[in-house]
Amino acid sequence: MRKQSRFILSVLAFGYAFLYLPLLSVIFYSFNDSRLATVWGGFSTRWYGELFRNEQILDATFLSFRIAATSATLATIFGTMAGLMLVRFGRFRGRTLFSGMITAPLVMPEVITGLSLLLLFVTFQQWFGWPGQRGFSTITIAHTTFSMAYVAVIVRSRLSQMDQSLEEAAMDLGCRPARVVFDITLPLIVPAMVSGWLLAFTLSLDDLVIASFVSGPGSNTLPMYIFSKVKLGVTPDVNALASLFILIVTVTLFTAWFLTNRRARKV
Amino acid sequence: MSSSRNPCFIRIRGVSKLFGDFVAIDDVSLDIAQGELFSILGGSGCGKTTLLRILAGFEQPTRGRVEIDGVDVTDIPAYDRPVNMMFQSYAIFPHMSVEKNISYGLRKDKVGSAEIAQRVDEVIELVQLGDFRKRDPDQLSGGQRQRVALARALIKRPKVLLLDEPLAALDKKLREHTQFELMNIQHELGITFVVVTHDQEEAMTLSTRIAVMNKGRLLQVGEPREIYEYPETRFVADFIGTINTFEGRVSSVDEQHIQVNCETAGGDLMAFNEHELKSGDKVCIAVRPEKIFISRDPPENSEDIRIRGTVDDLGYLGNLSLYRVRLESGKVILVSQQNRQRSAKRSIEWEEQIWVSWRPRSSIVLVN
Repeated sequence: MRKQSRFILSVLAFGYAFLYLPLLSVIFYSFNDSRLATVWGGFSTRWYGELFRNEQILDATFLSFRIAATSATLATIFGTMAGLMLVRFGRFRGRTLFSGMITAPLVMPEVITGLSLLLLFVTFQQWFGWPGQRGFSTITIAHTTFSMAYVAVIVRSRLSQMDQSLEEAAMDLGCRPARVVFDITLPLIVPAMVSGWLLAFTLSLDDLVIASFVSGPGSNTLPMYIFSKVKLGVTPDVNALASLFILIVTVTLFTAWFLTNRRARKV
Repeated sequence: MSSSRNPCFIRIRGVSKLFGDFVAIDDVSLDIAQGELFSILGGSGCGKTTLLRILAGFEQPTRGRVEIDGVDVTDIPAYDRPVNMMFQSYAIFPHMSVEKNISYGLRKDKVGSAEIAQRVDEVIELVQLGDFRKRDPDQLSGGQRQRVALARALIKRPKVLLLDEPLAALDKKLREHTQFELMNIQHELGITFVVVTHDQEEAMTLSTRIAVMNKGRLLQVGEPREIYEYPETRFVADFIGTINTFEGRVSSVDEQHIQVNCETAGGDLMAFNEHELKSGDKVCIAVRPEKIFISRDPPENSEDIRIRGTVDDLGYLGNLSLYRVRLESGKVILVSQQNRQRSAKRSIEWEEQIWVSWRPRSSIVLVN
């Protein structure tokens, strides 16, 4: 019995080490005083200070956050609408097709999503003269298209868990159908929408491939900046940046997880 | 309550409901009087809930009309009907406090806040939820949630209150208590209650009248006693309580009685001729277990139906004893006797040869 549990523990330790050692080493080396990223030269936080003096990094960060916030908001609006439609509006023609199509972007290779969006933007530019320049707007649209699928899936699963008689009860008590959405449905799926927003936010913040396809000259998101720096050799300030990044993503995801779970128990 | 109650307060006329090819309700016509506590009883999938949802306005009947208090409501949507419903799941809004849940219906009707406060107080008093009005629904027990649902449905003073399996989610003790509470509230307010249930005991104790449904059809409507003592079909006889049945053919008819030859009873069974039957008609004689007497000695009354048998099995339930008696034909019937005498000894033992007997009046004649 003890032997077996030790075996299980070591398997567990190996698995988690496999997952988290790379991340931990990035965080560890971000406190490295040495200019060479892989040689330990004593503890220091100077690279974190350096980060905030680097104009390029600050620009990229600002752009990334603007894109993430905008696309997450748009994705939440569209995704919620799609989720509501799929669960609550009866069996319209082609519902199965639509519910399959909403999940397709989740498994589509990013390279293909990126390429197809780039082609679309180029065509639009030739036909309508828009978008004149690829950057904030094109990346935001691209991120919205794939992250709204995630929001739709989350909202849909929340809705299908919800007791449908809640909405009927509201109607029974004199509430008009259009109003029921605001009185009952939306308040109850707000946690799902919030966690959908946070997920969309992190997805947008993380994305490198699609952003690389649809961005134009001079508009670098944070992942793009890191990637281009790494091509010239890893520097300690990138480690510091990556550590901050890990922190932000972790906090966001935990918040999303916490919100979903807390509310799920209530209903 | 007024003495001149409208006997056709709810009037259901030729209502059918189809879901695709499936017939959920098959040509149901039914009148429910004002102030009644009316139960619709049936197994799962018999169409009782669909009928309730048609009354509430959540389903549109495929054919037929529904009238409430003289107004045809068939085309009136749920939110404009003078009808409220208590859902099986109670459907309490999880994001509102008890008070907000209860006042929701009045707030939707744009009732003034002073009146809302007053009516909330009244209804909270009625269902005894005073200590819980500020609570969130997830801090309530099952019984308290049931009362919130009831209060929320009653506050709009509906003409009809629909209750979908109102007691199914409660445990046995609480169910009995709540049952009487429901009856008292109904009596106090005089609102017409329509209850859907699959529990025959619940329907029997609660209702002024019962409608029994099966496969979308209405089989019988009547007072609990009528339904129990005078079932019209085999299904109703079987569904409400337990019953012993003997298949046979009418062998002779006189002015009042018929003799029915039943192989399983080992001879003729006498019954009253309530259906103007003729010799040779195929019928079924049914007897409730509590109407049968069991004795060691041959019963004296020669009018009674008497059959020999052996005790196969017996069960002591405290107030009752149940016997499974094997007749000479091999058929096993159920007999229940009240334990009127206080005694530690059993009067009748396993494998004992006994007589069973019952009065001809107790024979129910079922014509299929």
